Amino acid sequence: MFADKGPAFQQLAAKIADEIVAGTYPEGTAVPSATDFAVFHQMNPATASKGVNLLVELGALYKKRGIGMFVADGARDLLRSQRREEFRKQYIEPLLREARVLEIDDTELHHMIDEHEEDET
Amino acid sequence: MTNAIDIRSATRTFGRTTALDGVSFAVPEGSICGLLGRNGAGKTTIMSIIAGQDRPTSGRVEVLGHGPFENESVLSRISFVRDNQRYPDNYRLGHVLRIAPEFAPNWNADVAAELAEGFRIPTKTDIKKFSRGQLSSVAIILGLASRAAVTLLDEPYLGLDVTARALFHDMLLRDYTAHPRTVLLSTHLIEESEKLFDRVVVVDRGRVRVDSDVDDARDLAFTLSGTTAAVDELARRHTVLRSHTVSGLKSVTVLGAMDDAVRADADGLGARIAPASLQDLVAAFGEESSESIEEGARA
Repeated sequence: MFADKGPAFQQLAAKIADEIVAGTYPEGTAVPSATDFAVFHQMNPATASKGVNLLVELGALYKKRGIGMFVADGARDLLRSQRREEFRKQYIEPLLREARVLEIDDTELHHMIDEHEEDET
Repeated sequence: MTNAIDIRSATRTFGRTTALDGVSFAVPEGSICGLLGRNGAGKTTIMSIIAGQDRPTSGRVEVLGHGPFENESVLSRISFVRDNQRYPDNYRLGHVLRIAPEFAPNWNADVAAELAEGFRIPTKTDIKKFSRGQLSSVAIILGLASRAAVTLLDEPYLGLDVTARALFHDMLLRDYTAHPRTVLLSTHLIEESEKLFDRVVVVDRGRVRVDSDVDDARDLAFTLSGTTAAVDELARRHTVLRSHTVSGLKSVTVLGAMDDAVRADADGLGARIAPASLQDLVAAFGEESSESIEEGARA
């Protein structure tokens, strides 16, 4: 749902979602208003509202009338499970496609992942 | 939603030159709309007509529900600074800022002062000696501090440095959210300004080619690239706006939305497919030869 190169409102929603998952905006706390996001990212205010509303529809944010926009309880888990779905599409599928082009078989691919993990640690 | 600007079948000829050829589009109230197209496409003529400084040879234009030409009640609510605006010879910044409120009933001196300082506009130099960027800065001050219901910004970026461009965006959005208005902005700096827009109008050779919500503009065209044979096969069912060939390889920009079927076809033929950016779209319409298609895109 939050493709990197989608329309601007989707990109904004993805950025806010990133911050919620990272814990920058903890559950139950306020996030900046759509207007603040618009000025900060130098984007159209209507577009920013659309991006924020995407997360409201998803249930990750909710509006308190007259006060502002807040991170819903369970928003992190909600967004994380959404991302896991995306992970398959965005990373696994292209990985396997490229592996086929380069004639890397499954054993070798698994080996490369293990090797990389060892390098990381 | 009511339209702040509504142009219907406007044609403007200058002698044997047709500057505008049946231009129709509307800008909803509160929109920040980009007016894009090549030099000579008709952008400034369109703005002049909206500002009541010119009249279409035929067709109709309404601003805030009325014809703007010689209509004082509408004109006082429009701000238009031409990209080549002239000032009296001995004028300095102070003179312009003192006289501007005479023409702009909603003039805000604080906005003007903040911008003048941020742009570092010299106060002791005659405006006729200003650089291109400094002239643009003065035009932006006049445009934004006027807080006019309809604000027309004609190439506001000319010669502006990167700090000044960011200041302009920042002030435009901050002041717009506090005092909403309708903004029509023409520019060639498409990638830098497209995030500001909720609508875009693309003109080429006096005609409207795109009139769309900015989010929908992504679905108006896509690009295909690969071997000439594959691209020709894929492009067969589409209207080609622009094509580019280099020894057996070809890339084309075609009209239409990228759907799963064409994606699968492209995959099958080993061609790359990607949505056209707004910049691609404007470039494609600008390159179109005169005998090609008459089709435009509206959303």
